[in-house]
Amino acid sequence: MRRTVAILLLIIAGLGISLSLTSIPFGVPKTKVGRHYINEGVKETGATNIVTSVVVNYRGFDTLGEVTVLFIAAIGLGAVLTASGKEKERKIEPASLILGTGCRFLFPLILVFGTYVFIHGHLTPGGGFQGGAIIASGFLLIYLGCRERRISRVASNLAESLGGLTFVVIGLLGLVFGGHFLSNFLPRGTANALFSAGIIPIIYIAVGFKVGSELAGIIDNLIEES
Amino acid sequence: MIFIVSFLVVLMLVGAVAASIFRDLISAVISATLVSLVAAILFYLLAAPDVAMAEAAIGAALTAAIFIIAIRRTKRYEE
Repeated sequence: MRRTVAILLLIIAGLGISLSLTSIPFGVPKTKVGRHYINEGVKETGATNIVTSVVVNYRGFDTLGEVTVLFIAAIGLGAVLTASGKEKERKIEPASLILGTGCRFLFPLILVFGTYVFIHGHLTPGGGFQGGAIIASGFLLIYLGCRERRISRVASNLAESLGGLTFVVIGLLGLVFGGHFLSNFLPRGTANALFSAGIIPIIYIAVGFKVGSELAGIIDNLIEES
Repeated sequence: MIFIVSFLVVLMLVGAVAASIFRDLISAVISATLVSLVAAILFYLLAAPDVAMAEAAIGAALTAAIFIIAIRRTKRYEE
């Protein structure tokens, strides 16, 4: 009985959604603001990656909120897991030779790739979040392959705090020099150069450090407890 | 092109259904990872490489790792 009612409700909801969506044309530019980002974005921000110019420049404040959400999630996880945890000595089973060697070989490459992704966030696809996630997956590999190694909690916390602090300080400097929070007060330079787009690369490097150390810290907390 | 995309979408649907059917939770997590991976490829084909990178790194790698660590602490098989 309950199952038939649920299926009926699902069908009605699906019909409603599909009927309301079919009247909206797909892939046709509708908004003026999207057109403006595409046409004027490179000129106004200096970043050739339009996604980055939207994420860090036009909607930079939203990105700060996003970073804060991740920060609060990481803090909450750490608080829950370490509140009950007591230091226990556990036997570390060494990983197999293939996994260990592969991890030693791949980890530096993954680290360099992640750094490349967030440093070139204003030129090529990618950015702070993607680069940070790639770096965190490199640390995950270390936890799987080289069991005896651990990242230093102090260094990870320092990178995380400095990243967040840089973001906010850059925003406040924009308030001082440019008139509003996170305004692009540095020279934009020539598009397509590494040192261009004003504050965008600085913010993305800060976000990359922050996201990478936060996600690595989450994995570290979870593995430590298990 | 359309065949590749249809194959990927069917693969994604199979992965999603399998993730909800499997009693072995590790297999379910791996099917859910397959969904994320195919979604990343589809994002790339739809000319959204930024989202594809985030989906591949977070959806496919880190989420699966966190789920597997959690399953190791609890029970592997669903009743």
